[in-house]
Amino acid sequence: MKTFEILGTGCKKCVKTAESIERIADELGQTVTVEKVTDPAKIMEYQVMSTPAVAVDGNVVHSGSIPGRDEITRWLTS
Amino acid sequence: MLALFTEFATWLAYGILGLDPATRIGTSVHFFIEDTTKILFLLVLMIYVIALARAALDLERVRAYIQSKNRFAGYVFGSGFGAVTPFCSCSSIPLFLGFTSAGIPLGITMAFLFTSPIINEVAVVMLWGLLGWEFTLAYVVIGMTAGIVGGMILDSLGGERWLKDFAAKAYQKAKDTAHEQSGDPELPKRRTMSFAERHQFAKEELKDIVGRIWKWVLIGVGIGAGLHGFVPDGWFADNLGSGQWWSVPAAVFAGLPLYSNATGVIPVIESLIVKGLPVGTTLAFCMSTVAASFPEFIMLKQVMTFRLLALIFVILLANFMVVGWVINAISPWIFTGF
Repeated sequence: MKTFEILGTGCKKCVKTAESIERIADELGQTVTVEKVTDPAKIMEYQVMSTPAVAVDGNVVHSGSIPGRDEITRWLTS
Repeated sequence: MLALFTEFATWLAYGILGLDPATRIGTSVHFFIEDTTKILFLLVLMIYVIALARAALDLERVRAYIQSKNRFAGYVFGSGFGAVTPFCSCSSIPLFLGFTSAGIPLGITMAFLFTSPIINEVAVVMLWGLLGWEFTLAYVVIGMTAGIVGGMILDSLGGERWLKDFAAKAYQKAKDTAHEQSGDPELPKRRTMSFAERHQFAKEELKDIVGRIWKWVLIGVGIGAGLHGFVPDGWFADNLGSGQWWSVPAAVFAGLPLYSNATGVIPVIESLIVKGLPVGTTLAFCMSTVAASFPEFIMLKQVMTFRLLALIFVILLANFMVVGWVINAISPWIFTGF
């Protein structure tokens, strides 16, 4: 099971990112854990400068925008 | 080309709606139609074009570039990148920490954060369309100078002493390891973007920015139109026109509780200037409204102690007042058109 962490200080885009990952995982019949990380110290540890950012199992795979459907599907299926 | 919008407003307000150009309501409505159509047209065009150009710009590169410069150039580039790099206020914390944990001095990071809300492509486009290029150039120079000087003052007072613990530690650690590293910091490889990708990026940007600011444009132009029609010409000039010294701090404090972005304020300042409010006083009001916003400050509380926040706040206000006074003093020579 994959763990997705959504890094961001709680703006609308972060919420949307979390929602679309959950929705697409659901469509693909996968169970995933989606956590929102809002603690600035933790975001700094990931060395992310533009949010929302996404980490899959502890690796940052995306930052700076709401990821598109294709990208999310790739993370889920790879 | 922009005269087209005046003609359109004349046709719609005086022709179709049948308003009388001699009445207050007539001139207000005309102003509102002309400015909203003109601003929205310019915004859509420019946001798209600029987004195409900067699709490849990323913050890691910006940071590495600032790091490679000496201290003084760092302030100038920090402020310059603040002007051209878009970022929404919800990104200011990660950006702040990203800079700080790379050992970039607090003042340079703050020069970036001070300048960013004051100068952006939207503000520049609107000023250019409404008040002409001389004024726009002056605005950019003044905005950057305020950011640079603010950052320098903050560093000379040793502001980094009052960062929150975890941020201060990250900064110290980066400074300690800095001289051990040699050569350029490693950058993540980025592939070049195709035109289709750039177009996609620009389209998303356009949707995002216009979706966020269109209501500010309407509110701003609405207030501007009200001032335009209902405040008699020269009212400000008669009452505040000699640039009384206290009008500048009064404008700064009046702007504080008003939370807006540059998009909402610029149509208002256009009206204020046309009605004879001194340029320095107007700019002080504009910067205070745009740059010293409480939501932003509450967010920075996560990485700064109250003391540092208060210090930054005072530096900002002092800066705006100095800008206002200086511009009022020299404006008779530079803004002859107003």
